[in-house]
Amino acid sequence: MDGLIPPLLNGTAQGALLLLAALGLSLTFGQMGVINMAHGEFLMAGAFIAYLTQQVISSSDLSIPVALPLAFLGAGLLGLLVEVSIIQWMYRRPLDTLLVTVGVSLILQQAALQIFPAQGVPVEKPGWLDGQLTVLGYDWPLRQVFTLVLAALCVAALAAWLKYSSFGRRIRATVQNRDLAETSGVPTRSIDRMTFFVGSGLAGVAGVAASLIGGTNSQMGTQYIIPAFLVVVAGGIGQIKGTIIAAWVVGVAMAFFADWTTGSLAQVFAFVLVVIFLQVRPQGLFTVRTRGLT
Amino acid sequence: MKNLKPWLPLIGIGVFAVLLLAVAPSVLSMHWINNLGKYCCWAIAAVGIGLAWGRGGMLVLGQGVFFGIGAYSMAMHLTLETAGPGNLPIFMILYDPLAALPPFWEPFRSEVFTLLAIVLLPVIVASVLGYALFKSRVKGAYFAILTQALAVALAVLISSTIRETGGDTGLSDFKYFFGYVLSDNGNKLMVYLIAAALLIVCLLVVWQLRRSRFGELLVATRDAEERVRFLGYDPAAIKLVAFVVAAVMASVAGAMFVPIVGIITPQEIGASASILMIAGVALGGRASLFGPALGAMAVGWGQSSLGSSWPSGWIYILGLLFILVTLFLPMGLSSLLGKVARLIWPSRPKPAAASAAPSPALDEVNT
Repeated sequence: MDGLIPPLLNGTAQGALLLLAALGLSLTFGQMGVINMAHGEFLMAGAFIAYLTQQVISSSDLSIPVALPLAFLGAGLLGLLVEVSIIQWMYRRPLDTLLVTVGVSLILQQAALQIFPAQGVPVEKPGWLDGQLTVLGYDWPLRQVFTLVLAALCVAALAAWLKYSSFGRRIRATVQNRDLAETSGVPTRSIDRMTFFVGSGLAGVAGVAASLIGGTNSQMGTQYIIPAFLVVVAGGIGQIKGTIIAAWVVGVAMAFFADWTTGSLAQVFAFVLVVIFLQVRPQGLFTVRTRGLT
Repeated sequence: MKNLKPWLPLIGIGVFAVLLLAVAPSVLSMHWINNLGKYCCWAIAAVGIGLAWGRGGMLVLGQGVFFGIGAYSMAMHLTLETAGPGNLPIFMILYDPLAALPPFWEPFRSEVFTLLAIVLLPVIVASVLGYALFKSRVKGAYFAILTQALAVALAVLISSTIRETGGDTGLSDFKYFFGYVLSDNGNKLMVYLIAAALLIVCLLVVWQLRRSRFGELLVATRDAEERVRFLGYDPAAIKLVAFVVAAVMASVAGAMFVPIVGIITPQEIGASASILMIAGVALGGRASLFGPALGAMAVGWGQSSLGSSWPSGWIYILGLLFILVTLFLPMGLSSLLGKVARLIWPSRPKPAAASAAPSPALDEVNT
């Protein structure tokens, strides 16, 4: 029983990082139907923004809190640029957004490789993340707790924004019935842009968290994109609660597998597990019921 | 002239065959023959993708899985053949001189088993995977993401099992190919000719499938799956056949890739390799017969020439290619040919180059 707690804590933190990466996708993919393969590169942009912020503000205690909103803004603007220049022409062809954004992701990766050193850049952990929190007799590194808190804050903010703000209401209206929303005076085009901005910005926030846990380099996006998509799909489209549960389960499962085997084999198991789960339940954990033929 | 038209693609395949099998060997140097062989392998996989994606609407983003099955089946056999009967592959001895051959390697000593595995393993894997996915009506982006996840999983699995599969360094240094010495130029030419001939065979198979009743049903399933279901057909079965055929072609491509290139690593079957296969198909025109093959050859050429001489530029070109082709030419360059032909001969109702009619929705965006 004792051996179960460390991987559980570890996995919860992994799941939280996965949730942060998937949260933006659940917005752009879940709500708008855009399959954004460049989401991982938006995450990478957030991590590099954390690094750049540290070059300006040398105190790492201060730079990370400053970097969070900057990363949100930076990655969000990058997303906005991609939306305005490319994706807005493709809303009628959802599958093709996948191909287009694969191109975007290749270009962003290569650009990052040329701007920054190929081996990656170091992002210093702030001093206040050095300690541990004792949970059930085990030391939980504060870095992991920070990821969890950040994920919880982002989820709460996003959920509240979608539910209570007028913007959130318009987004939901646009998703549920675009034509009716438009005739009712909702500017669906600017709603699309705003949704994509927020979704991409969330990837930037995830990038800051990722930079504190793993390396920051041009390839970091590729290791998050597939698990993040799997989490969104397994959780059920358009449902934040499904995404949360799926991210946590995948994170914990990966931590337990990693305990038994190795980290990379754990990833293989987790992927195969999700694929099997989706064979049994293709609509995901939770689903919005419609009468439409799918 | 009227009766000639249905046979035009067949004439095209014939011309292609003459070019690949007769003209190329007599004109090109051995170095380029080898490269062309590599492009042929990618083209074989692309022909299958063209069937599954272009005609069947299934975006198969994880063909690396099947490419890898074929490639590693062949590579394991060639490694064992090089090591000699009863001996261990050299890389295993390097890791552990006392290691025993992993059980799953043992059957690959047999030539017959290897050849059967290259064809039957992808059939089994694709059937099991496809049956469950299509029966539960997984499609579109979901299908694409799931298949890509499997390609990533297989690549990670292979790179993390160094002792059993060679890991990231892959399998290489093959000396023999079914008894023939691989370093010999004549034998290299033979391997190339096999790959080129297989490409022609795959084109013929897809040509026949396209004009068959099955081909019609496949396109119908792509464009209106529900209607096909209401008409009493099982879309899952139709899609499964196309998926399995594509899987076998990818596996055969992987198997020929190994003796031609001389090395197989997890990088050749992972996510980016699978996406590269898609790139060629998208460029050439996914729904046409020749588009996927020619596109894959073009991308393969870019990858091996530009990719080594100007790697950063090549990635930018590849990225732009994805964006521009998807934005402006969703049906690839072959649809451009069709449009040009229509401009020149407006009286012709349906030009031969556009024998693959794009789906109505896509045509709308096109024009």
